[in-house]
Amino acid sequence: MASAAQPLEQGAPAARPARRRFGWAWLGLLPFFVFSIAFMFLPATWLVLGSFRNSDDQVTLQNYADLSTGIIPGAFLTTIEVSLVTAVGGGLFGLLLAYSVILGGLPRILRTALMTFSGVASNFAGVPLALAFTFTLGQLGFLTVILRDLGFDPYQSGFRLTSKLGVELVYMYFQFPLMVLIIAPALDGLRREWREAAENMGASPRQYWQHVALPILTPSILGAMILLFGNAFGAQATAFQLTGGTLNLVPIVIGAQIRGDVLHNPGLGYAMAMGMVAIMGVSIGLYTILQRRAERWLRS
Amino acid sequence: MTAPSTSIDGRAPGALEAVPRAATARRPRRSFGNPIAWLIFILGALYFIVPLVGTFFHSIRTRPDIFLAYRQVLDDPKFFGGLAYSFTVGVITIVVSLLIIVPTAYWVRLRVPRLRPVVEFVTLMPFVIPPVVLVFGLIRVYSSRPLVLTATDLGSDMILVGAYVILSFPYMYRAVDTGLAAIDVRSLTEAAQSLGSGWARILWRVIFPNLRTSLLSGAFLTLAIVIGEYTIANFLARTDAFGPYLSLLGRNQPYTPAAVSLISFGLTWLAMIAIAFLGRGARGRVQVAGAR
Amino acid sequence: MTFLELTGVRKLFGDFVAVEDFNLATERGEFVSFLGPSGCGKTTTLRMIAGFEHPSEGSIVVDGREITRQPPNRRNVGMVFQSYALFPNMTVADNIGFGLKVRRTPRSRAREKVAELLELIHLPDKGDRYPWQLSGGQQQRVALARALAIEPQVLLLDEPLSALDAKIRVALRKEIRTIQRQLGITTVYVTHDQEEALSLSDRVVVMNEGRIEQIGAPADIYNFPATSFVASFVGTLNLIAGRVVDAGAGRLSIAGQEVRTSKPVEDARDGATVTVAIRPESVELGDGGGANQLRGPVEDVSFLGSIVRTRIGLDGGASLSLDTFNDPHLVPPNVGDVVAASFPPEATLVIGAGPAPEIDIVDVGV
Repeated sequence: MASAAQPLEQGAPAARPARRRFGWAWLGLLPFFVFSIAFMFLPATWLVLGSFRNSDDQVTLQNYADLSTGIIPGAFLTTIEVSLVTAVGGGLFGLLLAYSVILGGLPRILRTALMTFSGVASNFAGVPLALAFTFTLGQLGFLTVILRDLGFDPYQSGFRLTSKLGVELVYMYFQFPLMVLIIAPALDGLRREWREAAENMGASPRQYWQHVALPILTPSILGAMILLFGNAFGAQATAFQLTGGTLNLVPIVIGAQIRGDVLHNPGLGYAMAMGMVAIMGVSIGLYTILQRRAERWLRS
Repeated sequence: MTAPSTSIDGRAPGALEAVPRAATARRPRRSFGNPIAWLIFILGALYFIVPLVGTFFHSIRTRPDIFLAYRQVLDDPKFFGGLAYSFTVGVITIVVSLLIIVPTAYWVRLRVPRLRPVVEFVTLMPFVIPPVVLVFGLIRVYSSRPLVLTATDLGSDMILVGAYVILSFPYMYRAVDTGLAAIDVRSLTEAAQSLGSGWARILWRVIFPNLRTSLLSGAFLTLAIVIGEYTIANFLARTDAFGPYLSLLGRNQPYTPAAVSLISFGLTWLAMIAIAFLGRGARGRVQVAGAR
Repeated sequence: MTFLELTGVRKLFGDFVAVEDFNLATERGEFVSFLGPSGCGKTTTLRMIAGFEHPSEGSIVVDGREITRQPPNRRNVGMVFQSYALFPNMTVADNIGFGLKVRRTPRSRAREKVAELLELIHLPDKGDRYPWQLSGGQQQRVALARALAIEPQVLLLDEPLSALDAKIRVALRKEIRTIQRQLGITTVYVTHDQEEALSLSDRVVVMNEGRIEQIGAPADIYNFPATSFVASFVGTLNLIAGRVVDAGAGRLSIAGQEVRTSKPVEDARDGATVTVAIRPESVELGDGGGANQLRGPVEDVSFLGSIVRTRIGLDGGASLSLDTFNDPHLVPPNVGDVVAASFPPEATLVIGAGPAPEIDIVDVGV
């Protein structure tokens, strides 16, 4: 845009002669890399290697084959389903919430309230969240009792907080806020002039949203939903506390593996972990691509 | 760049402001918000508030003293013990993380920009490796020879800190990187160098102070994550930590968990307000999303 | 025949008066500039014509139709924004054709029109590009084409060139004017750059603090400024304190030396202090420049490219600057030489009672 060049950003500073030997400079990053290796890559590699070994310590692909046996495929499917539902549902309602406070003309203070609350709520996940919902919608929960008094008993209709639906409902508590936080900058980035230019061209608000705003926002929205997906997929504490481990989600099954409960084949556990990492890796990759697109547009 | 980062304050990035528009800045709202926006907001507010209310009412079910649960919590040495333990772990995590991240981010910006994508990728890894997988791996690595750490408390504590530092990387690095970008590190460094300053002094006297706000926000966020964290602490058998304490409480006691839940919510809220407050003066954006 | 007419337009933001009593009648096909410093209300007025703000009072009429309260998407005005505001998710061609799509123009006709406009702005092969692939100047041309595509009755431009390099600015503004003349569209151009306003417009509206200071053709504004603000904002100017000796005869005293104006002094009585304005280009070195003469030592000689500016000190601390075209053969005076400077009575303007501001040459060609 403005062509005034930033002299500070250009190439090497004049004071230092351009030395081609960057060979030694990377040593400065050694602590970082050593730490990352020790506490992240080493364990990860261990898992990768371990997934190719069976209980007799021989190299095998059996573990990966076994991923399709027993409760494991179901666990993956369930987890994917829960994550998808909360990603899309959480994404849509989160988008609407963010829209309401940023572009909906509500008093400014509500925006600040929602943002700070979202910061809290997205960190509230885990044990306290599960407890809060148990106290509210559990068998003897506060809301359950009220609903019963009003004549509607959700538990009669088959609702269980420990079911897939219950877990999804609880997950929304941190998915909505996460979506709000992620998408807010994108909504802010919708320049006022775009709307004015569209109006100037004769577009109605609906046409503006349909042809300009939503297309511009789509990469950000999709990217955010992918992050929500990954977020839900990796969540363990909340579901575990809520269901006591009865719902077969991948993180919970892996957790059981660690405790040595179900299968006595750690290799299988490793393979499951690898499966999880693969899914997360793909998610982050997709997110990165979408994010680059979004940033390019919103910065233009 | 790809970590979820957001602005509580809502400052639009990059808007062209060539000519100050004094008059239009005071544009009055066209109407008092459109009704659909209100509807959505109210529905959202209800969804968020009801569970909290439910928790509160549950916590005061004790008779005859309705605040018995709260008293019990505050009297319980394990509550403060848990908080103290997690808080300490949090502080150590923050210090270690800062000591690693700040010089690294600084060095990458100044001397080895080519490795920047690599470093960014590494700081994103904690998102790809969920805590449950991470702790799984950590336990396996450090309970076999030669590095048997899991056998001792101290060893397990060290693993815990290590894991938390890793978890904090995406947020810390992002905060520091943004802060460095905002203060134009290169010029500051060159100015300091021309005045005769060495690297260590530059870092300590020039860089750190100017990054104070970013560092503080990163620190608060890390603290919030550490205190609330359950998975890793649990599997490392760190029952002294706040997360496992809360979980245990939830399984055994009827009413005190509700009280603790609310207290924990309140504490997190205070931390977030502190972050928002600190982030107010900072340029660049403040991180707020954490682990679940 | 008036085409665009603003009558008694007033705009308040709370207590703040952004625009006060704005009256303007433009002819069809006229190019009018709103010129003034930041915050003077020129952009607000433009946005009222576009419909993004509603006047607190007054009316806006286009071709006989009152549009004061109409929503912006019903008016037929095209706006070019300072920041281009091109839709990043659409190609250049889609951007230009957006207004046509909204109006449900048949696709073949729309495509023709877009191609025409691409030709007009000299970017015939850039239709498939995206805005971020174009330079600033190119983006601005696309923004212009987009505004023209809907064949608006009035074209509005909000400081369209301020984000561009100087050279591109000059080239692009000529192009804008050429296109405007070709299409004969009534145009309102907002700028704080007086050179732009003077070189492009049929008429200039000089604004300050929400009010119109003067409306007139560029030459009139420059040569016969109505108020001291206009005099100091448009072009460069010497502002010197003087005393009225004989108001009726137009005699003044500057730094102890007598000068005359060509008209009697109004609004000030004999003996009063006034501000005298003299354009540097009307002053000549030596005594051949006109009946008025001032003498003093040379304080400074500045080389400004095509112009050499000589500053002469006067009694009492004031100074007089004179501009001469750069002539390599002429030897400029030395600092310290005492010289005479002369200028005609017609170039001597009395603008307002009261002492001159601290600075004695006001160079407001921002």
